[in-house]
Amino acid sequence: MALSGVEIFKLLPKTNCKKCGFPTCLAFAMALAQGKTELAKCPDVSEESKRVLGEASAPPIRTFFLGTSEKAVKLGGETVLFRHDKKFFNPCVYAVNVKDTLSNDELNEKIEEVLTSEIDRVGQKLRVDAISIEFASGNSSQYESAVKLISQKAPDTAIILNCKDPSAAEVAVRTIADKKPLLYCANEGNTGAMTNIAKTHKIPLGVYAKGLSELSVLTEKIKGMGVEDLVIDSGAEKAKDMLELNTQIRRSALKKNFKPLGYPIINFVLREDPIFETCVAGIAAAKYASIIVLSSIEKWKNLALFTLRQNIYTDPQVPMQVEQKIYKIGEPTVNSPLLITTNFSLTYFMVSGEVENSKVPAYLAVMDCEGLSVLTAWAAGKFTAGKIVQFIKDSGVENQISHRELIIPGQVAILSGAIEDKLEGWKITVGPREANGIPTFLKSRPA
Amino acid sequence: MSYVIPKETYSGNVLSLEFGKAPKSVKIGGENTLPFLSFEGSIPNKPVIAYEIQDITPDDWPDTVKAQYAFCSDNPVKWAQHCQNKLKAQAISLRLIGTHPDRGDRSAGDVAKIVKDVLSAVDVPLIILGSNHIEKDASVLVAAAEAASGYNCIIGKAQEGNYKTVVAAALAHKHKLIAMSELDINLAKQLNILITQMGFDKERLLTDPMCSALGYGLEYTYSVMERIRLAAIMQNDVTMQPPIVGDVGMYVWKVKETFASESDVSQWGSIEERGVAWEAVTAIAMLIAGTNLLIMRHPKAVETVRKTIEELV
Ligand code: SF4
Repeated sequence: MALSGVEIFKLLPKTNCKKCGFPTCLAFAMALAQGKTELAKCPDVSEESKRVLGEASAPPIRTFFLGTSEKAVKLGGETVLFRHDKKFFNPCVYAVNVKDTLSNDELNEKIEEVLTSEIDRVGQKLRVDAISIEFASGNSSQYESAVKLISQKAPDTAIILNCKDPSAAEVAVRTIADKKPLLYCANEGNTGAMTNIAKTHKIPLGVYAKGLSELSVLTEKIKGMGVEDLVIDSGAEKAKDMLELNTQIRRSALKKNFKPLGYPIINFVLREDPIFETCVAGIAAAKYASIIVLSSIEKWKNLALFTLRQNIYTDPQVPMQVEQKIYKIGEPTVNSPLLITTNFSLTYFMVSGEVENSKVPAYLAVMDCEGLSVLTAWAAGKFTAGKIVQFIKDSGVENQISHRELIIPGQVAILSGAIEDKLEGWKITVGPREANGIPTFLKSRPA
Repeated sequence: MSYVIPKETYSGNVLSLEFGKAPKSVKIGGENTLPFLSFEGSIPNKPVIAYEIQDITPDDWPDTVKAQYAFCSDNPVKWAQHCQNKLKAQAISLRLIGTHPDRGDRSAGDVAKIVKDVLSAVDVPLIILGSNHIEKDASVLVAAAEAASGYNCIIGKAQEGNYKTVVAAALAHKHKLIAMSELDINLAKQLNILITQMGFDKERLLTDPMCSALGYGLEYTYSVMERIRLAAIMQNDVTMQPPIVGDVGMYVWKVKETFASESDVSQWGSIEERGVAWEAVTAIAMLIAGTNLLIMRHPKAVETVRKTIEELV
């Protein structure tokens, strides 16, 4: 929670020396509270005040990067509980858990899966961002060699060292400290040793405790020892506990400014059935996880989870529009039908989906109507005969097709005469009222 | 600083609603807290999943889901029995898609017979849906409501363009009713108000703010549902308190991620699991946003979502 001007004033030297460029300390404090200047402008502020003010102005959820390559991902930094209140900023990381007991061939296979996980979806490149390497062998040199192999073969992928044994962890960290792996984790039994490793190598640290009270005590202790880039695990195993505790963590951080829980969350959602695991991961993605560790990364699963993350993290303030242009559906030829609709993104999704379902290749002219649906755009005077005619002429579609027939939505059947009058040489056909009528409509037309 | 559980105090609740006939009737809603957050309120009823069946053999479903019902989808009675007896459906949702003018244009008379046949073949609660053709649904749902008189079904969907007729039918034959609007919290609220002004109890109403599939507008549905739930629970807005319906299958099984073959899009992986995951993940997002009643198609997706619900309560 930000401090008020008066609260800040109490922490200033109160000499009114004007060195900050403001006439009084109070004026400076007021400006500071509004974010119009910075504390560094006052040369005389005490160290203690700096610390208090710095802490109060820190974001409620700590923000830092996982990994060091250009594919490093930002964690934390969220400001709201519900996406419609503003937006969710830093998309969660999907990581796959790999045991060091796997043979080299099996490890190579996993690495390959991660490296080829990238999918392009509506212009964004999405991938499995991290590998969690689990210390399952009980043998620190085996662990070290698995870590080495993975970091060499997947140099840009962030690494989570899933290892609770400080001596094995120390060896592994040394080999890849420059990659800033996340060390997971410090718990009640190993706090001192793990924190020291994280501190020495300047890497982020996972903190695990069963329950949020215990977790808060532990993060405070670790912070006191000098490590602040923490990722927290509430120990939730059931989906219910995960959802409730993630909610309590986010709420504590944002609404109570409770610093001991103001860190990004990590959830292990490992389940035997991959579809079930996908569902549980989906809950974590919607409700507040920053890192989600999976046991497998089948391509279908990645696609579903990447898409969900993209949906949850899109900016709700951005109008729901798609680009105005002539979209090709299937592989249309010069004789393929031409349909027109508006650029409300849901209208576009529905119409293009139904055209696709018809399996009839077609052109879909999507006209900019400021993101309104057909009927609303028509009522608002944005989807009128004159504007449609202009758009068709400007679009250049006349060079793409040899026929001159335009199919308009049934809801604006009333426009057909007026368009035909203004668009010389064209025939206007009235299509179905609802998108779900399109397949039958297109299929029943003579080819 | 010691940790204190940040509990909210809520003033409102979701209305609870029971449909079907004892002993198989089903209850949904009634919670006075946000979805699955039982640390600060009570959730008397779990979300329910209804299996979707249709009055005609679906020709527009992808093969992977069609195959699940290949032996029974030519007959809604067999199909309903399969869902109840083999798939252990908690409820069944009969979509009268064959009444759509483009899909066979079945008459209201046909509808009455199908509804009666299905009702006498199963004892789990029935949801009866039209084809989403505003004008046609008005007559279809009137016939369906009459044929199902006494069975305490859910019928739908009443939309802005036909609600008067549909509401009157639900009133006359004592059914529950789904009110559907298109992805706008204000429209959802307004329709609920119009319907209750006709003398229809809000306790008998369900809200469908329009579903969308993962990747195809899911975030809009998600946020509209979340806002409806917040209005009901936090602001105690009585017009927003009916349980929410998520008509998932119908939106999911027409997006290309559910039917594109692996040879066309190798980077998308197995078509079988991809489709199931698409329906399951869409359903999960709806549940987290506040849905009380899901309508779904693929048995494996239903089973997985059920399993997830068990872990959420
Ligand atoms: S420089 Fe510091 S001490 Fe001087 S007036 Fe500004 S705030 Fe006050």
